[in-house]
Amino acid sequence: MRIGLLADLHANREATEACLETLSREGCEQYVFLGDLVGYGADPGWMIDTVRAHVDDGALAVLGNHDAAVDDPQASRMHAQALAAIDWTRAQLDESQRAFLRELPLQATQDDRLYVHANAWEPAAWGYVHNPLAAHCSLMATDRWLTFCGHVHDPALYYTGAVPGEAAYFQPEYGMPIPLPPSRRWLAIVGSCGQPRDGNPAAACALMDTARKQLTFLRVPYNHARAAQKIRDAGLPAALADRLLTGA
Amino acid sequence: MPITLQAGGQLGGFTLIEPLHEGGMATLWRVAHPGHALPLLMKLPRIAYGETVNQIVGFEVERMLLPVLAGPHVPRFIDAGDDGDQPWLVMEHVAGQTLLPLLEGTPVAPDRVAALGALAALALDNLHRQQVVHLDIKPSNLLLHAPQGGDERIVLIDFGLSHHARLPDLLAEQFHVPMGTSPYIAPEQILGIRSDPRSDLFALGVTLYHLATGHRPFGFPGSVRGLKRRLYQDPEPPRSLQPDVPRWLQEVMLRCLEVDPDARYPTAAQLAFDLQHPEQIVLTERAERSRRSGTLARTRRWWKSIGLEPEALRAKVPDRAHAPLIMAAIDLKQRDPALDLALKDTVQRLVATAPGARLACVTVMRTARIGLDSNLDAEGRNRHVKRLVGLRDWARALDLPDHRITFHVLESADVADALIDYARSNAIEHLIMGARGVTGVRRLLGSVSARVAAEANCTATVVRARALTNTATEPGNPMPAGAIEPS
Repeated sequence: MRIGLLADLHANREATEACLETLSREGCEQYVFLGDLVGYGADPGWMIDTVRAHVDDGALAVLGNHDAAVDDPQASRMHAQALAAIDWTRAQLDESQRAFLRELPLQATQDDRLYVHANAWEPAAWGYVHNPLAAHCSLMATDRWLTFCGHVHDPALYYTGAVPGEAAYFQPEYGMPIPLPPSRRWLAIVGSCGQPRDGNPAAACALMDTARKQLTFLRVPYNHARAAQKIRDAGLPAALADRLLTGA
Repeated sequence: MPITLQAGGQLGGFTLIEPLHEGGMATLWRVAHPGHALPLLMKLPRIAYGETVNQIVGFEVERMLLPVLAGPHVPRFIDAGDDGDQPWLVMEHVAGQTLLPLLEGTPVAPDRVAALGALAALALDNLHRQQVVHLDIKPSNLLLHAPQGGDERIVLIDFGLSHHARLPDLLAEQFHVPMGTSPYIAPEQILGIRSDPRSDLFALGVTLYHLATGHRPFGFPGSVRGLKRRLYQDPEPPRSLQPDVPRWLQEVMLRCLEVDPDARYPTAAQLAFDLQHPEQIVLTERAERSRRSGTLARTRRWWKSIGLEPEALRAKVPDRAHAPLIMAAIDLKQRDPALDLALKDTVQRLVATAPGARLACVTVMRTARIGLDSNLDAEGRNRHVKRLVGLRDWARALDLPDHRITFHVLESADVADALIDYARSNAIEHLIMGARGVTGVRRLLGSVSARVAAEANCTATVVRARALTNTATEPGNPMPAGAIEPS
């Protein structure tokens, strides 16, 4: 089976549409949304409706800290711009959309895979997997062979290696299928679809072929100028628009 | 609990036929499968208690890399799996023998050593283009395959220590001791560098040296300290061990064995090129060397080797684009000043952008399609020499030093065939040729450049002289000026 993975979509409709189109062309039969559907971007209502439709169709979705903050601003410590975006988002959503976010699970498992927004050791505390030590902690906290997460916006691949106490790190190359040997355990951060921060404005997503045990990281160019303009038009902080243009 | 393997048994849908090899690292079985017509080989790592982690990781690495490799110089990947605790890997069983038995009959004739070296270098070039460094090149991993009715070629086997530039390296952080086979391992590999394709050229140099002289250039050290000796102690010059070794072959082998990767050939393609055209090798002091360097030079190198930092070496791994083999196809019979100028200009710009580039100037001398007149021999030689003189004259304006330019006169009934074949067998990266205007006959028969551009297995640039293009193309349908690059 081919699974399409999207994380940190952040209400960016243009990026999400571009990624879904690419993944569908690649033959994905299932989608997994790894949290942070909303926050920062200008299309939270569209985003929730789209993800909900996919979930009704068999997709999986988990809760991100921005999603949790819609109902509970104290759920996660956030900087001022993020909070401003959440306040704006709350006003855009109807009750059923808010209920959808509220009911998202913190994590989901499927066969030998774990899907979680932040990490496996304490998903609700939103700690980042931003180094080999944190990746090791997360890998130790699950018995699944492969973990997919988001939260950190830059794509990364970690795996159990020889050095005790830390995972090995690999910086993925885009478009190259990576065979994942079954003898190791793996943690993939698929990268942010809706707000890339590594200097490349193209949206990130990933494709997992479960039969071949191959993972491909992808970057999908999209009309980021339009997404940025909509953020400005909505009256959201201009910095949130600007960073879509530079991908930083 | 490891499962017992026996003939007639089944594993992953494959029928075990007979054991072929019981090695230190793995067991090999001949297997069959109703869905595959190819002869098949199953590799099973030894996983019994007491086996080292190294062997398992090596197997993992091979199982990861083999499916992404392609081409005539690697065995085809078929399938892999785990049954119980027993992992297995099935690949094409390539017919042929490795170069290992040749070590029984050393010294091998220099021409044969060069021919085998060229085949191995072409195989390595193909692998390096796939962004993989083998890192365990030695006679037992070079399999000589001679297909019926085809040219013999080397197939590389055992990718258990290999490194792929775009995939996680399971071995990188695994061990802090040098990984490789001690007689062959390159100096930078001893220091932990796993990403330099030129490490394979060093190991191939050791292999050729052993075949040509019957001696290993650095012995068979059993300790890390012994291994590190090659960082400062140079090998005995091959000609002092085996006077039959020609100077050019000594030049090539000692260049492969340079401690500094920058002093070796920049690419396997360039090594293969020299081994296929020994008469054009520029001999240096290496060719004349008759003894090892003295204590003073060795001590100096020893001091230098102490300070060698792997990080500094890692930063030096070059991009193969800096050292392409460029081929200029030149028509000496129908010269056209404007086209000549445009061709030279394009060649010059290309050569200038890549400091390690080498240029092969090639022309084709037409021969009769059927039969060879023996009484034309002397005349033929004369024509051949004339063409060489013409090529050198053509290239004079480029002003390239001897070691960056070579000249070749091919003989063939079909010019396009000869050029395409030359580009393939010499691993040419970029072929440049001129195209004349489209005359009536050419339009009917198709031009040489069009065929070469379509069929050559490298980047091909077809150069046109602008003045000619304007008159030769139909109005409203101008040809692109300058170059087209179907790559």
